Amino acid sequence: MTNEELKTKITELLPTATYEEGGEWLNINIEPADWLFFAQQLRNDSSLYFDYLFCLTCIDWKTHLTMVYHLSSTKHRHNIVVKAKLDRNKPEIETVSHIWRTADFHEREVYEMFGVNFLNHPDLRLLILPDGWEGKNPLRKDFEDPVNMIKL
Amino acid sequence: MWSFSKIANSIHEWLSQTFNATWTTIIEMVIAGVAVISLFAVLGLVLVIMERKVSAWMQIRLGPNRVGPKGLLQSLADTLKLLVKEGMTPNGADKFLFNLAPYIAMIVAMLLLAPIAFAKDFQLWDLNIGVLYVSAISSISVISILMAGWASNNKYSLLGAMRSGAQIVSYELSAGLSVLSIVVLTGSLQLSEIVNSQANGWWIFKGHIPAIIAFITFIIAVTAETNRAPFDLAEAESELTAGFHTEYSGMKFALFFLAEYANVFIVCAIGATLFLGGWMPFHIGNWTGFNNIMDWIPSSIWFFGKTFFLIFLIMWFRWTFPRLRIDQLLNLEWKYLLPISMINILLVTAMAILKWHF
Amino acid sequence: MYRETQIVSDVSKVPLEGGEGTFTINVGPQHPATHGVLHLVITLNGETIINIEPHLGYIHRSIEKMCESLTYRQFIYVTSRMDYLSAHINNHACALCVEKGMQIEVPARAQVIRVLMDELTRIASHELWWGAMAMDVGAFTPFFHAFRERETINDIMEETCGARLTMNYMVPGGVMHDIHPNFQKRVKDFLQLYKSKIHEYDELVTGNIIFQNRMKGVGVLSAEDVISYGCTGPVARGSGVSCDIRKLYPYEIYDKLEFDEVLETAGDSFARYLVRLKEMNQSIRIVEQLIDNIPEGDFQAKTKAVLKLPKGEFYTRVETARGELGVYIVSEGGTTPYRIKFRSPGFSNLSILNHMVKGAKIGDLIAAMGTLDLVIPDIDR
Repeated sequence: MTNEELKTKITELLPTATYEEGGEWLNINIEPADWLFFAQQLRNDSSLYFDYLFCLTCIDWKTHLTMVYHLSSTKHRHNIVVKAKLDRNKPEIETVSHIWRTADFHEREVYEMFGVNFLNHPDLRLLILPDGWEGKNPLRKDFEDPVNMIKL
Repeated sequence: MWSFSKIANSIHEWLSQTFNATWTTIIEMVIAGVAVISLFAVLGLVLVIMERKVSAWMQIRLGPNRVGPKGLLQSLADTLKLLVKEGMTPNGADKFLFNLAPYIAMIVAMLLLAPIAFAKDFQLWDLNIGVLYVSAISSISVISILMAGWASNNKYSLLGAMRSGAQIVSYELSAGLSVLSIVVLTGSLQLSEIVNSQANGWWIFKGHIPAIIAFITFIIAVTAETNRAPFDLAEAESELTAGFHTEYSGMKFALFFLAEYANVFIVCAIGATLFLGGWMPFHIGNWTGFNNIMDWIPSSIWFFGKTFFLIFLIMWFRWTFPRLRIDQLLNLEWKYLLPISMINILLVTAMAILKWHF
Repeated sequence: MYRETQIVSDVSKVPLEGGEGTFTINVGPQHPATHGVLHLVITLNGETIINIEPHLGYIHRSIEKMCESLTYRQFIYVTSRMDYLSAHINNHACALCVEKGMQIEVPARAQVIRVLMDELTRIASHELWWGAMAMDVGAFTPFFHAFRERETINDIMEETCGARLTMNYMVPGGVMHDIHPNFQKRVKDFLQLYKSKIHEYDELVTGNIIFQNRMKGVGVLSAEDVISYGCTGPVARGSGVSCDIRKLYPYEIYDKLEFDEVLETAGDSFARYLVRLKEMNQSIRIVEQLIDNIPEGDFQAKTKAVLKLPKGEFYTRVETARGELGVYIVSEGGTTPYRIKFRSPGFSNLSILNHMVKGAKIGDLIAAMGTLDLVIPDIDR
């Protein structure tokens, strides 16, 4: 499906979604509360069939966090980008690790790097950071480590 | 022409003239003990450098080439290094068993040298149940491995030891059966008689196909028994880091290492004795002229030549084959080798009764 | 904020004997089969694997954070240190992403050189993997045979790029400098050497009955599992999932080249092994098509001294030796990226490990993990 067709189809599924112009793929902004329902629709709808989550990350915008999900379909070969804005002080979003298993590791990475709490994640523990890591999340913009970080 | 038996006899004569019978025996035992220990040490050095050179040759590289001429003294230098290294005993290990295990491994290997005929009339102890003695003593070596694995208080070691236990106990069967087929043909358990019975041809040629099957089974089984690749599951460095000797260091590790190479030498010597005629030169039936020419080559050279050929074969396996998995290893033994050996021994028995062999 | 971790650091406290019969061993951080500082906590019942839990981060350098303070020219060099076996391809992905943002047209000569370098890197990486794979299942000799060919490629790289491992040859707009005058001759020599030796690979390893027994039916992955776990590269193609970025979303001149996407359907370790072996031949095909047809012209487009990406988000995907590498740049319009995310193939490929070898033997773990072709700095970015 082309981006325009995807847009019409997704508007039917989730009328509250907004779209960003520009970029090669369709950018969809959603509310975090809609994510679980929306993700299931994206995965299971036969004309969308987004079965491959190829990138999951987070961006710290200093005022808020944005979760970014890059989705692709191995059947229809179309891609979309889903973004959800999170509260920076209490970032919470539903996990999708049961829909796309790759999200398991990626969400754990985002959890420790950005402090996003993935609700109902089966195994939300530190993956990369050492045991007993205390303090801020390394990839947030206000993270300071005077010992190890070199700034230009 | 000199030979080992002449040297041994002249020493014996000189000792009997100088001392009384008791002292002669005692001194001869001491000499034999020293000879075995030095042979053991030399074998270790030679086989280690041989393994490194063979592997280097197969892996298109040079191998050790710095210490001594062509790197031949490399293993001596390594031994010296291991001698002065600290022997660590891990916390929580069973200290007594941990320290005992390498010595048991080495003593077993040394005991096995006793009945081997290195040259014509040159044998430490020509006992009449030589073959039985060898298979009995060699199965003790598993105890040292189990002991080392258990006492190390390390799970890798324990896994390695358990694997090794299952492996050695299983492969003992086919090794025993293939050895038995030669015993059936010869009608004797005495190693010197087995060698003498091959004066008109080696058993591998005289025994038709069953002897060849027995020989192949024997080589596979002893490769497994000595924990050499492709059956080196007890060590399996890519899985268990170093298996049963993970925690060993210094000389205790070196003893395991030495015992492994001594065991390889011994099983190859046994294989050479049983199937390839031991020190017996290459004879064909009653071709007296040909046989006389062959006798010009000293018997010790024949023995060591055959043994080192088999050792080379086992090293060749190691540097060619990948390792088996534990269940495949046991399948190979219980599903294939053991039934084949059993049928084979029936064939050999029939052949021996009907005198079909040459 | 964090929940307490449940890492078994003192393995002696886990009961060794008893009714349940399970015990835990640490494979790594230093272990011969993990090819780096990967730490797996394995729960075993005898020799049977019950659960595997990877612990990462032993060499995490936080390259993503580092890149936030580096300019668009500088950050490319850091990425060579991610997947050091496909350093060229990492650099390539970053250069492509910057070019996409800046809308730089890359000269034809530079494109061909880039693809040549990528494919040579892919061959070198698969060669190393082949040797290491054989070593994992206990055969040492193949490792040295693989290095014989790999060294030739490294020599070619050294001559043109000045480095053997982390080349840093790709820059936004093309390549850093022109190829060495000997380049074409030496690549042809390499092709000849490779063709005269490749049959040894099959004779020594592929056809070996022990090797086949170790690999066949081990670590079977279904196509659904592979897609769901986000596996890419030879791991996915071994299960019949078509995922070659060079074919699906062609970049540079890949759409004009003749090569096949290698697919195997068995999904076991042996299928993944075959995919990589055949991929080397496909890469050779690509190199053969290009080596005599390097167009004349500039090797680098004219770019400004200071690169500034427009405000926006840019994502490029390339096919490294291990799978799909994604570079996601978020730009605020400055000289440094606001946020960079590297979607590394190894990270996703590792996540399937537990699913793959549950219930298998320890020996199978090694044989299956080897076919994932993990490069730890790629996982711990």
